[in-house]
Amino acid sequence: MSSSMLFNVTTFTYLISMLAFFAFLASKNRSVGLAGSFIAYAGLVIQTVAIGLRWKESYALGVGHAPMSNLYESIVFFSWTIVLLFAYIDIRYKYRVIGAFVMPFALLGMAWAQMGMNTGIEPLVPALQSNWLLYHVITCFLGYAAFAVACGISIMYLIKSAFESTNTSAPAGGLMSMFPPLKVLDDLNYRAIMIGFPLLTLGIITGAAWANYAWGTYWSWDPKETWSLIVWFVYAAFLHARITKGWVGKRAAWLSVIGFLATIFCYLGVNLFLSGLHSYGGGS
Amino acid sequence: MATTERSFITNVWDFFCSLKLTLFLLFSLALTSIIGTIVPQGVTPPEYIAQISATKLQIYTKLGFFDMYHSWWFIALLYVFSVNLISCSIKRLPHVFKFISQPTLVLGEGLRNSFSLKGDLSFSGSIEKGKERLVEFLGKEFSAPVITEHNGEYHLFAQKTAWCRLGVYVVHLSILVIFIGAIIGSLFGYKGFVAIVEGTSVNAFERQNGQQMPLGFELLCEKFNVEFYANGAPKEFRSTLTVLENGKPVPGYSQVKVIVNEPLTYKGITFYQSSYGKASEGGEHYITVTPRNGGPTEKFTVREGVPVTLKDGTTFKLLEATQEVRPFAPGFSGPAARIEVARKGAAPQTFITFKNFPDMNAQRGDALIFGYEGTNAKQYTGLQVAKDPGVWVVWLGCALMVIGIGVAFFMSHKRIWVVVSKGNARIYGNASKNQAAFQMQFEEISEKFQHLKI
Ligand code: HEM
Repeated sequence: MSSSMLFNVTTFTYLISMLAFFAFLASKNRSVGLAGSFIAYAGLVIQTVAIGLRWKESYALGVGHAPMSNLYESIVFFSWTIVLLFAYIDIRYKYRVIGAFVMPFALLGMAWAQMGMNTGIEPLVPALQSNWLLYHVITCFLGYAAFAVACGISIMYLIKSAFESTNTSAPAGGLMSMFPPLKVLDDLNYRAIMIGFPLLTLGIITGAAWANYAWGTYWSWDPKETWSLIVWFVYAAFLHARITKGWVGKRAAWLSVIGFLATIFCYLGVNLFLSGLHSYGGGS
Repeated sequence: MATTERSFITNVWDFFCSLKLTLFLLFSLALTSIIGTIVPQGVTPPEYIAQISATKLQIYTKLGFFDMYHSWWFIALLYVFSVNLISCSIKRLPHVFKFISQPTLVLGEGLRNSFSLKGDLSFSGSIEKGKERLVEFLGKEFSAPVITEHNGEYHLFAQKTAWCRLGVYVVHLSILVIFIGAIIGSLFGYKGFVAIVEGTSVNAFERQNGQQMPLGFELLCEKFNVEFYANGAPKEFRSTLTVLENGKPVPGYSQVKVIVNEPLTYKGITFYQSSYGKASEGGEHYITVTPRNGGPTEKFTVREGVPVTLKDGTTFKLLEATQEVRPFAPGFSGPAARIEVARKGAAPQTFITFKNFPDMNAQRGDALIFGYEGTNAKQYTGLQVAKDPGVWVVWLGCALMVIGIGVAFFMSHKRIWVVVSKGNARIYGNASKNQAAFQMQFEEISEKFQHLKI
């Protein structure tokens, strides 16, 4: 059994899980929702094994390193952290329907990685041969995943609040009754960002520490660094918006969506459109 | 007059204390930062200048877009940001300290109604006995309470981790600490570059502004090596360096291996492996020529680009050489040279000869077999040089930030009041953060509370 086969199985499992969540939304059948969760967990376990296996395979190839060194490996890890966080929210807060808005991100990541990218295990170039790589990548991607979850929750918030403002008379029935109340969504959004913000902060700090260690400059306004700071500013604005009158609710949800768009640009757009020090470029 | 002046000052103060300004600044910093990720920073490439119009170039230069993170308006934004941060803290910190040092001991009606966490207990004992029993209870289950008598009732107040309300201020302070570290670095630190040819030493380096600066010691490059993976990707760039004081190696700083991610620091100056190349002086290459039909092999010592004419009128010249061909020709390794050969009266041909693959050289079906034997050319190692005395302040700021965020997000100020009246006691609870977790703790306490026998 090779890791790449298991990654394919993972992708397929996430697809089924997402479809189950959609079916859950449409049918309101609790056991369908439960199935969605369990399939997602199964996928998470398979993916964990696959990541471990890929790590092992890299040693067998004589270029041993943690599987987080290029765009492909980072996307796979990103998907993994998204599902991990979803599992946490599902178990802790019991709002299963969030899966319908979060699993698509995990699936999208895996599908793109498996179909559109060079999946080969590559040796580490000198710049990446450092333990800092691990600390930096893990903290950044855990942060990104939390922002992905927050974005999914914010989209739910925006849909639900749009629906409620147009249908003031009728009690929000149908699909909307499946969604957690606005107040809960707002709170979950905040909680997800409360996980993501410290991790992003740690990610930026570990990146700066690494840059200082390897090049003698902790900050050089490289496009990737700058974009991570932009993301950080947006979420700092989110945190302060919450304690400012008139900025709660919808505006906070929009900020969370904008924050995630900036995150995605920081992660992918910078490599595709701008140039810099970071190596996660050129997926193919 | 006096009042308008006063109100003007108050208005300015309120402006700098406002969170709306904070939001505005955070958005402005986020948006303007984008410019520097699109417009090239530092030395502007000529291709870029050629591609934009003259007016655009003029405007960009005026606005400092080519070094925007050091432009006056970006720095000004950071100053206003700092002022906003400091004013906000000056305005709020005294309240927070008061909140911590003089907690609300007596729970008024308004607050009682605003708390969602509460519980009731009826008891038959005297109010004094009830108070004593409840003080003991709170001390055991939560934390020792302060007792206040008010309107014939006893108000017991207990709290935990009140200081965690200071967490956000630690975060804000940390930002200022990081700024201070950055300023120290820019005032007293420097960055530069030095290239050292193998076997030679330097005692100065070039700063970013082009100025030569003495190191205060000598740095000798003993050797430089590059290694490649089988697929041609670089594996390791390695300089072997020795620090010399008065011409003698410094113990512990002799033959130090410096690779990317493992710099050398001596006397506060750090050297980072950053590039390498062929030294321009010296550089002779050895080429062998063997007639295919037998006959002695001739060895030539040539310089790059200088043509050599053989006895039969054939001329050749070495176009370029590498001591490791792997990145250019995966599957091959070792030294190789690209040479141009022109038989007398024929068009010149270019091809590659290898040192380690004589069979490959022989496969070229020509009357002469060319081989490459390597070079006496030296390489140089390019080292980034940096000194930054502010970096420890920056790390201190980062540590404060991480701790501050941890405290601000993951700890909460928990408060419990018990109001004891005759025959009756009520318990109230409140937490500054993470109400859900506190609710569970409170419900447990409240459950025990309601079953007390007094
Ligand atoms: C001009 C800049 C800033 C000002 C004036 C400012 C001001 C404030 C104020 C007044 C609060 C509310 C404190 C309270 O709850 O009583 C706050 C909270 C906070 N600030 Fe700032 N802040 C600034 C920048 C930042 C930045 C750049 C960060 C990034 C780490 C930050 C992180 C926080 C955090 C984490 C909180 C707590 C939010 C929460 O509990 O949800 N602040 N800030």
